[in-house]
Amino acid sequence: MSESWTIRVREYMERRLPSANLLPDRQPYYVGSWVYVFGVVTIAALVWVVVSGMVLAFFGPQWWHETAIGRFFNSLHFWSVQMFFVFMVLHLWGQYFAAGWRDGRAKTWMAGVLIFLVSIVAAFTGYVSQQNFDSQWIAVNAKDAMNSVGAGSFFNVLNFGQMYGLHVVLIPLAVLFLVALHVVLVRMKGVVKPIGWREAEEA
Amino acid sequence: MDSPAGYLHLGIILISYPNLIVIGLMIVVFAIALVAPFHGVGGERREGRR
Repeated sequence: MSESWTIRVREYMERRLPSANLLPDRQPYYVGSWVYVFGVVTIAALVWVVVSGMVLAFFGPQWWHETAIGRFFNSLHFWSVQMFFVFMVLHLWGQYFAAGWRDGRAKTWMAGVLIFLVSIVAAFTGYVSQQNFDSQWIAVNAKDAMNSVGAGSFFNVLNFGQMYGLHVVLIPLAVLFLVALHVVLVRMKGVVKPIGWREAEEA
Repeated sequence: MDSPAGYLHLGIILISYPNLIVIGLMIVVFAIALVAPFHGVGGERREGRR
């Protein structure tokens, strides 16, 4: 084994993730189904979430509440989040019924689970960052839930600065990192074979 | 639009009609994805089975 960590990392990457796997030009026959499109539609929705969120972050709450174009981007952000969750759940259904964790894909499955959980926190901090009566109502109710589990002292949902900071910086970084990890893990192992595929091939 | 949503209440199940409609549409989309033909599949068959 080489003493240089850069060489070790490079050799590991070349062994576990060859460039043909990272950017493949062909897929197995069984990938030819619309069920396999749900994952990439989820990523497309995430791109819209991030882009519309960056525009909102640049102009601020007054703009997104009081101007027509601001309300448009506010709605674009909201509806792209709806699409993100809808297609993430459809992707989850597809992978659940295909038992997508098989043949050494447990890490890929668990990365997906983490994306789902972190995305819920992202959506929640987004709701309480709206700066309207809805967000105040949600925050006032949610503070009781946080206090009841002992998290209120370091996760104060009535603190707009904390919620907004989490929503626009830390949580998006976590989601984007986990999505990148999820995609790389999918590329390392490939798409899971349909249940019974090997038996059918041998028959 | 500004009025509260209606709710379906069946025993322990309590769900708003908008949420019920979204879940129903998701099931429809999932079913269509399972049966709808996917373009370009024919030529890949032999390649994939190798």
